[in-house]
Amino acid sequence: MGNERLTAFTRQAGTILATLVGLLILTFCIGRLMPVDPVRAIVGEEADQATYEMVAERIGANLPLYQQFIRYMNDLLHGDFGISIRTGQPVINDILHVMPATIELATFAILFGAGFGIPLGILAAVRRNQPVDHVIRFLTLIGHSMPIFWTGMIGLIVFYAVLDLVGGGGRISDYYIGLVPETTGFLLIDTVVAGDWEVFWDAVNHLLLPASILGYSSMAYITRMTRSFMLDQLNQEYITTARVKGLSKGRTIWHHAFANIRVQLVTIVALAYGSLLEGAVLIETVFSWPGFGQYITNNMLIGDMNAVMTCVLLVGIIFIALNLLSDALYKIFDPRTR
Amino acid sequence: MTASFLSMQDVAMPGSRSNRNSAFHRLLAVIRELLGNPSSGFGFIVISILLLTALVAPLIAPYDPNVINLGQTLQPPSATHWFGTDELGRDILSRIIYGTRISLTIITIVSVIVGPVGLVVGTTAGYFGGWYDTIMMRVTDIFLSFPSLILSLAFVAALGAGLENAIIAIGLTAWPPIARLARAETLTFRGADYISASRMQGASSLRIIVKSIMPMCLPSVLVRITLSMATVILTAAGLGFLGLGAQPPLPEWGAMIATGRRYMLDNWWLVAFPGGAILLVSLAFNLLGDGLRDALDPKQR
Repeated sequence: MGNERLTAFTRQAGTILATLVGLLILTFCIGRLMPVDPVRAIVGEEADQATYEMVAERIGANLPLYQQFIRYMNDLLHGDFGISIRTGQPVINDILHVMPATIELATFAILFGAGFGIPLGILAAVRRNQPVDHVIRFLTLIGHSMPIFWTGMIGLIVFYAVLDLVGGGGRISDYYIGLVPETTGFLLIDTVVAGDWEVFWDAVNHLLLPASILGYSSMAYITRMTRSFMLDQLNQEYITTARVKGLSKGRTIWHHAFANIRVQLVTIVALAYGSLLEGAVLIETVFSWPGFGQYITNNMLIGDMNAVMTCVLLVGIIFIALNLLSDALYKIFDPRTR
Repeated sequence: MTASFLSMQDVAMPGSRSNRNSAFHRLLAVIRELLGNPSSGFGFIVISILLLTALVAPLIAPYDPNVINLGQTLQPPSATHWFGTDELGRDILSRIIYGTRISLTIITIVSVIVGPVGLVVGTTAGYFGGWYDTIMMRVTDIFLSFPSLILSLAFVAALGAGLENAIIAIGLTAWPPIARLARAETLTFRGADYISASRMQGASSLRIIVKSIMPMCLPSVLVRITLSMATVILTAAGLGFLGLGAQPPLPEWGAMIATGRRYMLDNWWLVAFPGGAILLVSLAFNLLGDGLRDALDPKQR
């Protein structure tokens, strides 16, 4: 038994390792395909041939590709992700600096998405093929189909330019920038720590619109999945049994059906949280939100090779980790998989 | 002996005339079913209109989409310019109409890349199994572990901005789900009698895959491609919006929104109409895909 478990563990570890190496090959290829000369980027346009060759020698640009790849892996293992050509800082520092803004945005978005999505999905399943179900289906379809950057702009036009209900672009209004000392990078936490409620509410005001638009797209996904999980349960015989036994409808829905889909929901929400990165790339551009998504786009536009490679690698790792996490959650919370 | 063998061939040969005929009838039945349902009917009609518009764009567009008219900049929607004009005085409706050609190009080329690549990877992995299968599925998993927009962004950054590269990048990110599906289908056919029969007749692996397995996978692959078209449209628009896809002055909808962004707070029509067009087309593909899946897979009903 113990042996069996060990084999399963080794196999799992092997799969993860293979995926990671594959990911590294992919990012390496993307980096090498980029129309940027890494040596030129360091020495500048005016450098003479001797300097050029010296730097090329030092960073290994002359080596055969497979040796460059080994070098790349070696650097990564030592925590060296390279220097950003644009900022001159280690890429990893830059990323750590922009990450809090995106996490703040994504967290509020997922609260919105799950907070509305799960109840709506349950409602749609319980009232299957009734008008409510059709309305919810329409709402989720729109969420699936809308170009999120466009919804962001329409939101800005309506709620900012016309109604003046929310703040515009950026995380806070320009005149508050620099007022609150940066301790965690999470503005909502920093302002509370500093006790500056005026800036806190300004930050909330700026967060509301982008977070709810981002959240709407994940709500569409969460609603759809909740509905289908719930329908799976409601069609089973134990539900009929419970109802025949005389249990109220509410009790069968919440204590029986919903209790059985909780684990699935947690994994779905975890995956949706990761997928928000995709929407964040677009939403952050629309709202001038200084986060990870904007960092990726800016570096891709100017061709900052090290930054692009690290970002792509990071996104891949986040997704692999989320998938593993959701598998693990299944195993922990669902006794049948033990 | 001979008789039973012939009857087996009737079932086995997917390319035979009687099969092709019944496939055509099935297609008609599917279209009838799609039109019978209001939502998939809507999707079907919108996409038909899209095709038609792209075909006859020069005939129906009221203005030349690229003619700059500096006396008529930023005009709100009116009787002369239904959707208004942009910052260079170009008619937005005409640009949207010409934009259908770009959308259609993207959809067509992406399908042409994704279908064959997914089909070949999936069927060979499923048919040969073993190490080859493991490696191919690992590669698919790696591609699947990225959100499609971010991976296409990375590919475009590597290949250089532009419409052609955006299409290639989207194609590179869209094949894995197709490959997964084709592999799953292949696994269900691999052990079938007709496959064993043609192997015993001495058919090569290549012949079996191309002649006997691929045609069987085709219908579900086509449905899957239709379903992924909504994502393709949104990704292409997103790339255009970020300035990595189609470049101005091309009337690509995402790029139109990107240039309109600077003026949007006072001139909403610059972004509202192109975005509405994207929403409509991607909604139509979602509805059509759902309808197709329901029509072809009775279990869902």
